[in-house]
Formats: sequence, C-alpha cells, structure tokens
Amino acid sequence: MSTTTLPIGAKPRIVVVGNGMVGHHYVEQLIEANAQDHYEILVFGEEKYIAYDRVHLSEYFTGATTEDLSLTTTGFYEQNDVQFYAGNKVAGIDAPTRTVTLENGNVVHYSALVLATGSYPFVPPIESHSTENTFVYRTFDDLDALKACAANSKVGTVVGGGLLGLEAANALKSLGLETHVVEFAPRLMPVQLDPVGGRTLKNMIEGLGVSVHVDTATQNIIAGETCFHRMNFTNGEHLETDLILYSAGIRPQDALARSAGLAVGARGGIVVNNFCQTSQENIYAIGECALWNERIFGLVAPGYTMAKVAADHLISKTGKKFEGADMSTKLKLLGCDVGSIGDAHQATPGATSFVYHNERKGEYRKIVVSEDGSKLLGAVLVGDNSYYDTLLQYYLNGIDLPKNPESLILPNTGDAPALGVDALPATASICSCHNVTKGDIAQAVANGACSVGDVKGMTKAATGCGGCAALLKKVVDNELLALGVEVSTDICEHFAYTRQELFHLIKVEEIKSFQDLLHSHGKGHGCDICKPTVGSILASVWNDYVLDASHVGLQDTNDRYLANMQKDGTYSVVPRIPGGEITPEGLIAIGEVAKRYKLYTKITGGQRIDLFGATLSDLPKIWGELIDAGFETGQAYGKSVRTVKSCVGSTWCRYGVNDSVGMAIRIEERYKGLRGPHKIKFAVSGCTRECAEAQSKDIGVIATEKGWNLYVCGNGGMKPRHANLFATDLSDEMLIKYIDRVLMFYVQTADRLQRTSVWMDNLEGGLEYLRDVVINNSLGLAEELELQMQHIVNTFQCEWKTTLNNPQALKKFRQFINTDAADDHVQFVEERGQIRPATEIEKSQLIATVS
Amino acid sequence: MNFTYVCDISDLDLDVGAAALINGQQIALFKVANNRVFAISNWDPIGKANVLSRGIVGDLDGDFVVASPLYKQHFSLSTGKCLEEDVSVQVWQSKVESSKVFVAVE
Ligand code: SRM
Ligand SMILES: Cc1cc2nc3c(=O)[nH]c(=O)nc-3n(C[C@H](O)[C@H](O)[C@H](O)COP(=O)(O)OP(=O)(O)OC[C@H]3O[C@@H](n4cnc5c(N)ncnc54)[C@H](O)[C@@H]3O)c2cc1C
Ligand code: SF4
Ligand code: FES
Repeated sequence: MSTTTLPIGAKPRIVVVGNGMVGHHYVEQLIEANAQDHYEILVFGEEKYIAYDRVHLSEYFTGATTEDLSLTTTGFYEQNDVQFYAGNKVAGIDAPTRTVTLENGNVVHYSALVLATGSYPFVPPIESHSTENTFVYRTFDDLDALKACAANSKVGTVVGGGLLGLEAANALKSLGLETHVVEFAPRLMPVQLDPVGGRTLKNMIEGLGVSVHVDTATQNIIAGETCFHRMNFTNGEHLETDLILYSAGIRPQDALARSAGLAVGARGGIVVNNFCQTSQENIYAIGECALWNERIFGLVAPGYTMAKVAADHLISKTGKKFEGADMSTKLKLLGCDVGSIGDAHQATPGATSFVYHNERKGEYRKIVVSEDGSKLLGAVLVGDNSYYDTLLQYYLNGIDLPKNPESLILPNTGDAPALGVDALPATASICSCHNVTKGDIAQAVANGACSVGDVKGMTKAATGCGGCAALLKKVVDNELLALGVEVSTDICEHFAYTRQELFHLIKVEEIKSFQDLLHSHGKGHGCDICKPTVGSILASVWNDYVLDASHVGLQDTNDRYLANMQKDGTYSVVPRIPGGEITPEGLIAIGEVAKRYKLYTKITGGQRIDLFGATLSDLPKIWGELIDAGFETGQAYGKSVRTVKSCVGSTWCRYGVNDSVGMAIRIEERYKGLRGPHKIKFAVSGCTRECAEAQSKDIGVIATEKGWNLYVCGNGGMKPRHANLFATDLSDEMLIKYIDRVLMFYVQTADRLQRTSVWMDNLEGGLEYLRDVVINNSLGLAEELELQMQHIVNTFQCEWKTTLNNPQALKKFRQFINTDAADDHVQFVEERGQIRPATEIEKSQLIATVS
Repeated sequence: MNFTYVCDISDLDLDVGAAALINGQQIALFKVANNRVFAISNWDPIGKANVLSRGIVGDLDGDFVVASPLYKQHFSLSTGKCLEEDVSVQVWQSKVESSKVFVAVE
C-alpha cells in the first residue's frame, strides 16, 4: 500500500477527529474566530456523511432526508478553508511525533489535536445464536439497515427502556411492527424518573400498544419458532421477535485515546480538565467521548459548551472554563410528554417534595424543593410538559419559589403564578444548546434584530434541539415591545404599504394593473411577495381574467396554470362539486376522464374529487372534457373560495331541521370565484349535531328550528380555531347579507395570507367590533360591501372555460416552448392500482431500464 | 460559443418564464425589461423537479431573480445562485438578434 505523510506547512495545523455534532460545532467556533487565517484545519470523519443532526435522527423515518438533517455543507467548509475528509477513520495517534495515522495508512502531522469521537451504543454480552437481525440506533447507516429488516418483519424488540430506547421503540412502531421494550431495571427511564413517574409512563406507553417488560433480564437468545429470534428471560418467560434493537446505553469512544496512552476513566471516557485538555496538553477531547469530573455528558448542549471552551483555549484565550452542565430533559416519547429536571430522585439532604398524580388522565408531576422551601431542586413530569419551561427557569436561575410551590404543578386552577418572561433575570438561560441568555437576546434586539429569525441568525438560539423555540419567541416579542420597536409593515422592498393600503389605492385610484401601481406607488420590478398580493387584490376588486397578459406574471404557478402543482411538477385537477352533491353521471364522467388521462383519483377533505398527475400540456384537454360534462373549475389552486361542505340535512336525515345541502349549494354558487387574502372555506350543517363541522370553517352555518346560526372565523389546519357565533336564527336573506358583508370586510382589511381566524384574533375590538360594522353598520360601509360582493357575483367566469376559448392563453400550456417533448423526469409507478410519482431511486432505475 | 435558436422574442411574455429543451437540456427562459433574456436551468435542485420556468420573476436588491414555485427559494437569473441556500443552478449565455432568441448550450 502506498501511503503519504502530510507534514505541517507554513501555518500550524489543527486536526479534528470526528465530524459529529460536537466536532462540527468546534469547527464552527474556529471559523467564527477566523482561526483559518492562522491555522490549517483538517477534519476526519469516519461516517460517509458530513455532520448531521443526530438529535433529530428519528425524523429520518418520518420523511427527512440526509440533506435535511445535515448541519452544514462541504461548500461551507471549503469556503472557509476547512479540509474535510469523510469516510476516513483515524486509526492511531503517536503523541511524541505529533502524528495521527489514518486507516488507509496515511500519516498526518498536527500541532493541536481535537478528539470528538462521540460514543458508541453498548450491546450487552448476551449469549446468542446469531448476530443477524440485531441493530443499534445511532447513525444513518444503522437506520437504513433497521428499515430494510423491518420491511420483512412483524415483531421488533428494543432492549433498554431509557430515553433512546423509547425513541427507538417509537421508530419500530412507526415502521408498522408489533413492538416490545425489555428493560432490566424495575421501571422505564430509570435515570430520569422516579418509580411512580416510571409507572405512569409505562401505562401510557402500553395504552399506545407497545408492550413493556420491566424488571426483565435476558438470559440468552436462541433461534425462534414463529420469529427469527427467541429471547429467554431469567424469570422463565420468553419472547419471540424478528429483530432486536439494542439501546442499553452508550459508551465513550475512547479507543484511540487508550492506544495513545492518554488518561482514561475507570469506566471509560477520555479524562479532560476544565479547558477540555487531555493528559497531553496539545490534545483536546470534547463531546460524548470526554470525561470531566468523572462524568460523561450524553447530551448535545454540554458538548457544544465543551467545543466553545476548547476553541477558546486554543484561539481566543479568554479563559472560558467548562463548569459542568445541566442535564434536564424534556421529550415527547411515543406521543407522551416526559420531563426531568435537576434532582429528580430527591437525593439532596433535607429536600421535600410535592406530588400531583392523576391516574385517570395519566399525569404525574413532582417537584423537589430545598429544605427551607425557597428553591426548586428538581422535578419529574409525565403526561403534560406545559409545566416544564416555567419550572426549568425557577431551577436554572434560582428564582425564589412562590409561597405555595405546589401551585406550579397543579392543573389549571387559575391561580398558578405564571412566570412571565419579564420576571426572568438577564442571566436566565433561554437556549441551553447554544448557551444563549435572555441578556444575549436583548443585546441582539438592541443591535437591530427585529424578528425571531434575526435573533436565531445572530445568537443561534433555538437551532439546536429546538426545545426552546416557544420561549425564545416570547422573549423576543417582549424585548421588541420594550424597545417600542415598530416592526415594518411594508409588504416588501417594492411597496412601502400594507396590503390594506394597497387595496385602498387600487380601489380609490381605479388602478387596473400591476405595472400602473408600480409606476405610481412602487419601485423596482416587483417580486414573489407583492406580485401575487397585488394580483389577488386586482381580482378581488375588478375580477378580470387572471391570465390576461397584464396579470399572468403576477400569479403563483397554481393560478398561472389554474391547477395545483405537485412535488414532481405535474398538476392536480379539482372540478367544483358544489356542496359535495354529485350525480352518478358526474361521477362517471370524472372517472372516465381520469381513466383516459391515467390520473390518480382521491376524495379530498373538502368533499370533492382530486385528479392527480396531469402534465401541463394535458391540462386543457382534461378541462375541455370536464367542461363538456358540465363541470366548472373548483379553484382549488387560488387564494379564493374553496368548498362549502355540507351534511345531508333535513332532506334525508331524521334529525335535520333545514335543507343544509340546498343552502350549501346556494352559498357555493354565490361566492365561487371570489379571491381574497387567503383561501376561504364554508360549511353548512342541518342541525346542531354538526356533521359538516361548520364551526371549523371561515364561515359556518348551522340550521336551527327558526332559521340559521352564523359562525365566523373558524379554522382547521395548522392552528385550529373554533368559529365565533356571530348571529342567530337568521332568515335565508339575512344570512346571505351578513356573509356578503363579513367576507368583503375581510377581503378589504386583512393582511396577505391571513386567514379569517388570524384576522379576527388581530382585529381591534374583536367580534363585537365586527358585529358593529356588519350588523349595526357603524362605519356606514354595509351597502358598499354588498355592492362590491354583487360585482364579484355578476362578473363570475369559469376561468377554464375562458381559457379554452382563448388561443393566446392556451399556447402557454406547453411543456416546452420549442418542442412537444415531455419532461422525462416525470415518472410514475403503480401503487394500489393507481399511479403515483416515482421516488428518486425508482426514477433512476426506471431510466436505467429504459436506456 | 455555439448559439442555438430557441424561439422568437415575441413568443416570450414580459416577466414570465418559459421552458425550452435544447440538446436534451431543460432550460428556463425569462424575458425582462428591454427585451433582456436570461437562460438558467429549469431544474430546481431543492424541490427536485423541472419547474423553475414556472416561478414568479422579480428583482431583489437590484438583481433579477425567479422564486421556485415549489418551495419559494430565489435563484439569481444572472448567476444561478440561490439566495437562501448554498446551491446554484447552471446559467447559459443568451442573445437576441433580429427578434430571435438564441442560447449557447454545449
Ligand atoms: C387535496 C386536499 C387534501 C385531500 O386530499 O383531501 C388538500 C391539499 C392541499 N392543501 Fe389543504 N387540502 C385539502 C383540504 C384541507 C382541509 C379540510 C377542509 O377544507 O375541510 C384543511 C383544514 C381546514 C382549513 O383550511 O381550515 C386544509 C388545510 C390546509 C392548510 C392549512 C391552512 C391553515 O389555515 O392552517 C394548507 C396550507 C396553506 O393554505 O397555507 C393547505 C394546503 C394544501 C395544499 C395547497 C398544499 C400545497 O401547497 O401543495 C395542497 C394542494 C392541493 C392540491 O394539490 O390539489 N391545506 N386542507 C384537500 C382539498 C380540499 C378541496 O376539495 O379543495
Ligand atoms: C436517536 C438519538 C436521539 C438523541 N436525542 C437527543 C436529545 O433529544 N437531546 C440531546 O441533547 N441529545 C440527544 N442525543 C445525543 C446527541 O446526539 C449526542 O449527545 C451528540 O451527538 C454528541 O455529539 P458528539 O459529536 O460528541 O458525538 P457524535 O455525534 O456521535 O459524533 C462522533 C463522530 O465521530 C466519528 N468518529 C468516531 N471515531 C472516529 C475515528 N477514529 N476517526 C474518525 N471519526 C471518528 C463517529 O463516526 C461520529 O460521526 C440523541 C442521540 C441519538 C442517537
Ligand atoms: S348535522 Fe344534523 S342534519 Fe346534518 S347529518 Fe348530522 S345529524 Fe343529520
Ligand atoms: S435549548 Fe436546544 S435549541 Fe435551544
């Protein structure tokens, strides 16, 4: 084998071994201190990936890709002159000659060496018939192997019921396996939880269908009868399982250090001092491989602090020390909240505790309080983590407890003294991953940060485990408020106006195009924020054809092609089905079109039918056929009226008190085509049983014995909000009048992309004010609002019909301007009897077999 | 430099993209003010689909950009650089001669 030796050049050289979370954080610290100007920086990582977010590793099973989880890019390292060698394990260190030897035999000199080798999963030495179908849970490669095996397995067992074991159990469950957890200790999460907490958690997890075997030790593993393995337990029982996942703790990866003769602890770990130096002063160890004060820290935050300390010691020399770290944790395991703070086991002499336990709800909370009752020493939470942030602040900042500390863990009695962010001292740690205090955030805001995003960029807060995001937002808002900062409301760099102001200008000055508005009130050429906003306002006010030459460039791709773009660049087609009522002929027609154009069909959540996988050039043909069959565009693509959901109502239902389908169709026919700041959804229910879920819609209508109750500003989606009851027992005519006014007032005054729910929450005066405007006509706007709505109703056109009659517009529905070829990257495979987009891997195979 | 004829300048709408296929290469063409034409790859490296021609065109800080219709990242029309993430797309030279648009694709 030919090997090379890499001697040190003009600059001294820092060699980092390990490119995990902490190794990467160290490199970031070097770059921040511009160390690359004075040092050559080399990084060797054993894994084939650049540093990634191990904390969120499990998201790899819920759709995140390796890139999504990457903490950085090779480009970033290159730009900063960091030489990174992936897939390069360091095999040995020779301290006297200051060299490391790589697995491939190459020898590299160093001036300073940093070991960030992390830890490895401990696999208990159990006598076993085979190591096949056994796994650990730490790297992408581990997860790939696990996934491959799970695909052919029915039963999976996790050995170890700690934090990681339960996370791994969640993964097995999400892979569809019958899941077991085997724990040697008498309870789950023995490190973080006390016996009652452990039992509460066990009950909850079993309630979710995961079998938990505590107090259970495995004697040996033999070939199974119904599954690949059989685990025999010392209590005489056994368990058949197809795969076994070991999560029985971690061990510091200190093999390199041992072979180089560096001091290691009796139970492993590279011994370091307060500056993270090992027994060799020019060799540092940081992260999970390091042993400080006889302790290993198995969390990322302390590792990051070590990285900062070690970089500081070498480069900036301000004397930062590592002083231990807080190991409090909060987690959602299999959907169950679990939190542990400080002295959870009440080990402090004289400490007393308060406990709240609700077996029925599966909630358990304990706080451990100092002898004199003034300080919080620790806490255990199971079932509801909403108490965690406040408790942690009391604990970390030594804040004096209230007179009745139990109020901190009792359920919403209303008198729990909520700890406002105002009450936190400047030294309060907000983000422990990146060690950001309330003072740091105030500083960032004082230096010009005016959003959570800015503060994240400047301080890195909330970019580690993410657990502090909610608290961060509160602190940022509070600081902004304190400074009296007015956050800019300009919609973008091209217009120094809010959406509401632009609406007004367009209406009052009768502006009909974006270009005119830009010339009279804006600058530059516009962008993807102001163009669609203005496009939408023009549509709300004038309701001209959106694909007119002067409007087409304003439309988001969905509006521009009157269809919804899917992930692969194809489109979906949604014909309007007012009120969800459809004839058998209609169903057949849709079915035939779907068959002819090989489209995937699905019933939507909005009571209509979506046809997926249409290419750009097929869209006009598909719509031609749908329109011939009597359908209209459903405008599923626009920030516009979507659907009016209905229940079957009094016509058929034995409880119905009014014709909900009839009213739903009337409403849908009236408001279809209306474009607004965001999409608008309706529903009509035939009685208070509310089968149409009207109270979760922007406009909800529920039949009463005397007429209709009108609900407004509800929302499903990301942040559900129940609609407010606006008026009761309305006649058909009054109902429509009020809806006209409410909707048009919303269209005129809301911000861009603001649903009615958020609009209402931000409306000064709230519901009462809206009632005043709409019912009592307090602004004298009622007639104008109705007229404006009537204009929209009168000028409705089916955009697809117009398009099919417009050769100029039709020309734009070609895949390519210079040929009729198709996009060969669009590929489908079959699943459950229909097409779906091929995955990237499938695509490469499809293309390979074709060529 | 080998310029290929693609279409007439009047085939392109102002501030609206169009896709073209040249030697098997998918290209997004954009006509902006003064009949200036930009040619960048149609491939969105973040959304992983051939869609950039279907994004909204505009300018940010004086540079012409297109916003991907999938996840809205901006790509500079002159350099192909993504403004939000550390990726870029290929750009090609283009020219307009006697109202015809040409792009230099190898
Ligand atoms: C197709 C459909 C899912 C399905 O297969 O059932 C769907 C699909 C999409 N929804 Fe939805 N939503 C669909 C019903 C819903 C519902 C249920 C309902 O309407 O009763 C909701 C919750 C109700 C609500 O809106 O309050 C819903 C809440 C959302 C949200 C969250 C909105 C919010 O205010 O939080 C988004 C994101 C957004 O609009 O910003 C969204 C966005 C989307 C987008 C546009 C996402 C995207 O950009 O690709 C999807 C594209 C539609 C397409 O390609 O055709 N979709 N979406 C449903 C179409 C209904 C229809 O017939 O038009
Ligand atoms: C599934 C999971 C969930 C977690 N959840 C949390 C959580 O919620 N909160 C939290 O704080 N922590 C959590 N952790 C722990 C956290 O990921 C670790 O604390 C952190 O990754 C430690 O960073 P590190 O750099 O020390 O080690 P690692 O990230 O393990 O990196 C070490 C790297 O060094 C490489 N290496 C080792 N030896 C060599 C060699 N000889 N040559 C070259 N390279 C070498 C390894 O291949 C590895 O890539 C979790 C861990 C896992 C696995
Ligand atoms: S809401 Fe009332 S009328 Fe409508 S289906 Fe349900 S029970 Fe019947
Ligand atoms: S506490 Fe982990 S990101 Fe802030």
